[in-house]
This record gives sequence, structure tokens and C-alpha cells, in this order.
Amino acid sequence: MAVHPLRLSRFNITSLVLGLAFLYLPIIILVIYSFNASRLVTVWGGWSTRWYTELFNDRAMLDAAWMSLCVGVVSATLATLLGTLAAIALTRGAGFRGRTMMSGMLYAPLVMPEVITGLSLLLLFVALDAGRGFVTVTIAHTTLTMCFVTVVVQSRLAGIDRSLEEAAMDLGRDPLRAFLAVTLPLIWPAIAAGWMLAFTLSLDDLVIASFTTGPGSATLPIRIYSEVRLGVKPEINAICTLIVGFIAVVIVMASLASKLSSTRGESAAPL
Amino acid sequence: MTNLTATVADPAASDAPVIAYPTPLLRIDGVTKAFGAHSAVDNLSLDIKAGEFFALLGPSGCGKTTLLRMLAGFEAPDTGKIELNGEDIAAVLPHQRPVNMMFQNYALFPHLNVRDNIGFGLKSAGLTRLGIDTRVAEMVALVKLQGLEKRRPDQLSGGQKQRVALARALARHPQLLLLDEPLAALDKKLREETQVELMALQRQLGTTFVIVTHDQEEAMTMADRIGVMHGGRLQQVATPRQLYEAPASRWIAEFVGDINIIEGGITHRDGHRLTIAGRDVGTLFAIEPRHPVGDAVICVAIRPEKIRLSRRGPATGLVNSGAMNSLEGVISDVGYLGGRSLYKVKLDRGATLRVALANTARLDVDAYSIGERVAAWFAPDDCVVLVQ
Repeated sequence: MAVHPLRLSRFNITSLVLGLAFLYLPIIILVIYSFNASRLVTVWGGWSTRWYTELFNDRAMLDAAWMSLCVGVVSATLATLLGTLAAIALTRGAGFRGRTMMSGMLYAPLVMPEVITGLSLLLLFVALDAGRGFVTVTIAHTTLTMCFVTVVVQSRLAGIDRSLEEAAMDLGRDPLRAFLAVTLPLIWPAIAAGWMLAFTLSLDDLVIASFTTGPGSATLPIRIYSEVRLGVKPEINAICTLIVGFIAVVIVMASLASKLSSTRGESAAPL
Repeated sequence: MTNLTATVADPAASDAPVIAYPTPLLRIDGVTKAFGAHSAVDNLSLDIKAGEFFALLGPSGCGKTTLLRMLAGFEAPDTGKIELNGEDIAAVLPHQRPVNMMFQNYALFPHLNVRDNIGFGLKSAGLTRLGIDTRVAEMVALVKLQGLEKRRPDQLSGGQKQRVALARALARHPQLLLLDEPLAALDKKLREETQVELMALQRQLGTTFVIVTHDQEEAMTMADRIGVMHGGRLQQVATPRQLYEAPASRWIAEFVGDINIIEGGITHRDGHRLTIAGRDVGTLFAIEPRHPVGDAVICVAIRPEKIRLSRRGPATGLVNSGAMNSLEGVISDVGYLGGRSLYKVKLDRGATLRVALANTARLDVDAYSIGERVAAWFAPDDCVVLVQ
């Protein structure tokens, strides 16, 4: 069936332009000003890449970026593992006691104000007398992002016919191998999407990180925030541009990957 | 279409299976399975012989699928034994049973192509790559899917998917193949073709097939024996012919095919010959069934195609001697169905009979029309006497 291209009315075009401008104009300005030669952020002084050079000589900023990356990768991986297991338990274990309560509790962090999550984690770490740093931030981010992974994976799992796994068992696989051979490949796109979601959430979290981090282990958002408090340097624009570019690349890759897997997968068009 | 391999003239005269099989491959002994307070399968016993094509027939919710899932190992019976070749398999897990199942929605793996779907069970059996390739090629040829090995399930038609599912289930050479409504998703024409193919395949391979279906025509066409289930119990196990011509109860008589039921009581016994006062019908002659019905309130069941119609009725001598039942009435409705027509005859005594006549001539010069007076007549042999 041929899909006719949507005819856009004048009203549609106007609202589309306004909406996109609202979303992306600030980012475009940020990107342009990152190439500003002037020391003053608000005054245009011609094109230059000097702030990028300065950024790459800023040891503290690079350390913070590295820290964020490590926290992001480790916490996203842990959150994906735990979140996927929770999703499986909630979808498959229809009968266990307290299932409804558990699924409700899993969603709570989604709506909980981050300040509260951060504060409660801080209190916990203080009570446990845990030295705050990489480990505590990673744990905090894992708890924050796990429920997002669960939501994403659970919706995919719910759409998978239970009889597929039964068929695999019928054909000689034990339950674990049946899961690995059939269900895992089918929920793989959701797991990957969940990981990426967890990673980006961890990367841009400021509130919870600021509660749970310690001296010498600032993440990038914390570092940027503390720099901005002393006045915005064009260098900040440079690093923000890099982050925007990085996230854009990740999103494009993710959507390409999901498109690829869906053309090969069950929703593909016939030959 | 009935199974004409039966040699016994009167199917009612014999309870024994018409076709002789060796010792049972599968013995289900007193199996009960309850979900909460509702017992899906209730103290059910059944023997299925090697090489048999057995159909479990019943309305939805009768427990047939639960029974099939117990045979596959997805449910464990609460009580009772399931023996395969004399070994109790009730506690054996699905992946360790020499039993394979073809699922109702086929359950093909969407991320694998036809070749890998069929080879899936062979891979778990630890066959070499060469062994898998050989067997898959065999299976592909068996179900005539050559050239489609690289396709994914979503690139196949319904009929092709059904073949892949069948090939996948047969690839491991199971001792017992379970089929859960295997043809329900196909359209009528394709379903009929596939029925014939399945029968031929089963004969060729000699594998024991147990099929679950709610479609009685499907069960009648394909199965050697049919087990009719209702409320978690087996109501009757019989060949298709026995089931149709000698139903064991009124419920089965009404469930299988179309039938007229006349309630009544026995007024006179002369050897096997019964004289019955039928409600809103009048006097009927019938033959006592194998298991005498006593003096209970009974019903007489008669298939619509066993009744003949004529404008003048049978010879009066036949009727008076009790060799023929003849009931007079008026045609109240005519339904033209192509190969046959279904007439409703409103009898003078009040009851309505359904009569099916084959349309043997193309022109309807002699057909009965609404309002016409007719005699509906049928032999005592064609009446089935059932306990209420």
C-alpha cells in the first residue's frame, strides 16, 4: 500500500518551525558561540577554535568528562542487567506474591523528585559510612536508571508470544537455553535502547550526582556547573558542543540500529 | 465423508475399534488437572496406539488443550500417570521428551529463517552441521518448501508458515507428534487440501499424531479415532463412523453433526423392536441399542439425511408392519445449500423435523416447496435410541 506524502498546510509548517526553533535555537547559539574568538561570551569576536584547544589542556575538565563516561558506562550496564531481570520477573512471574506491589515500587523512582532520591541516597551512604566518590555515584545512578530500563524492556517482553519459548523447550532446549536462543535475541533491541537511555540519563544527571559524589570525583555536569557559577567561560560552550555532538551521534546510531533490526526482524516488509 | 475402511455393517453393533493396532504407545491413566477450583481435565484415561491418527474433539474450554499440554510437558498432571512406551513421563520436562508439538499459532522464531527454524531442534540434539543440513533438506522436501529456506517467517504465507511449523516439529523424528489446532488459521480451501496432505504424511512416516481440534469435519476427515471431550472428561472414543452413527449420548449426538432429537417413552417391546410414543410426533418404531435402555425416558435421534420425503409416503404395508416410520406434515422452510437442500417439516402432531436431501438433478422441477404436504419416512434401523 503506497503511503501518500502528507500535505502540510501553512499552519502546520508555521507550528513545526516555531516548535523546532524553540527546541534547537538555544543549542545552535551555543554551538556558534563555542567558536567565538572573544573572551566575553556575549560579544562576537570572529571565528576561532581556541576554546577547544584550551579545553583539551584543561586537566580538571577532562578528568570530569572521563569520570562521567566511566560512571555512565558502569551504571548503565548494571542498570540494564538488573532492569532486564526485573522486567522478566514482572512479565513472566504472573503468579508470585506481591507482584503488583513490586511493579508499582519499580515505577516510583520515575516520578520521585531527584532531590529526594539524592538526599535519601546521601543519608544512606553517610549512615553506612561509605566514602563518597566513583562507587557511590555509580550506585546512585544505577538505582535512578534501572526502572527506565525495566519499563523499556518490559513493554517489549509483553509483546513476545510465550509459546515461542515453549516451542524452543519442546525442541530440546532447557528453559535457560530456550531463553537465550529465542527471547534474548528478540528483546535485544529493547535492552540496547534501555542501556542507551540509562547512559544518557547518567551522563546529564547533576542533582543526584552532586548529593552522592565526593571531593576529587566530580562528574562533568558538576564540573560545568561549578565553573558556570564563577562566570560562563567560552570553554564551557566548547565542551557543551562536544557533548551535543556526541549525543547526536549516539541517537543517530541507535535509531539506525533499531531500523536495521526491524527490517530484518518481524515487522519487515515482504520481499 | 466417513471412513469406509470399517467392515462391520452396523457400527452400533461393535464397541471394539475397527482397526487393530499393536500395544499402546501412549497410556493416559486417571489424569486430573485443576486450575484453582476448576478442573480442566477430570480423571481421564485413554490409550493411543503407535501409528494412530487420534483427534481430541470438543468445544472450547473442554480441556483438550490442557491435555495436549500435559502430553508435551508444559503442564504437570495433579494426579494420574502418563506413560509413553510403558514409562511414566508425567514428571519429565518438555525438552527431555521424545514428543514434539506443533503450536496453534505456529510459534515460528521470527528472528530465524526457514532453514534455522527447522534445524533448531536438531541443533539442540547436538547434530553436526552436515547432519543438520541433510535433515533440514529432507524436511524441506517433505513439506515442499524448496527455495524458501532463506525466508524469514514474516515473508511467508499462512500455508507456508504451517508447513515450516510441521517440518520443525517432525525434524526430530518424535515418537508422538502433538498438533494444536494446526489448521485453524488457514482458509477453508487450503484447510481441506492440507488435511489430505497431513493424512498422507502421517501414513508415509508412520508417526503417531494426536491432534486437538474444535472442527468436527476436520477430525472426521483425518482421524482414525476421535475422542470427544466435554467438561474435562472423555465422552466417547470411537471411529468417525461410530461417533456419527452410534453416538453414546444425547450430548454427543447433538455435538457431532446435525440431528433431530425426539423425546419419548417406550410403550411396547417385541424382542429388539421397540415401539415408542414420541412427544409431538406419535408412534415410532426403533431398534433396541446394544446396551438396553430399560424403561427410562428416552430420546430418539435421527440424522436429517436418513429421512426421505415423498408426496405419497411409503407403502402402507411397510408402515403397518412397523418396518418403516412415516410422519406426515407440511414443508415450513427450505434452505438451498448447493449439494443438498435442508427442509424443515412441521409435523401434524407439532414437532419439526429437519430433513436433508441431495440435489441430484440440476433442474428443480420436482423439488418440494413451502406449504406442500409431505410424508417424512425413515427406517427403524436409522433411529438411535439414547437414554435421556
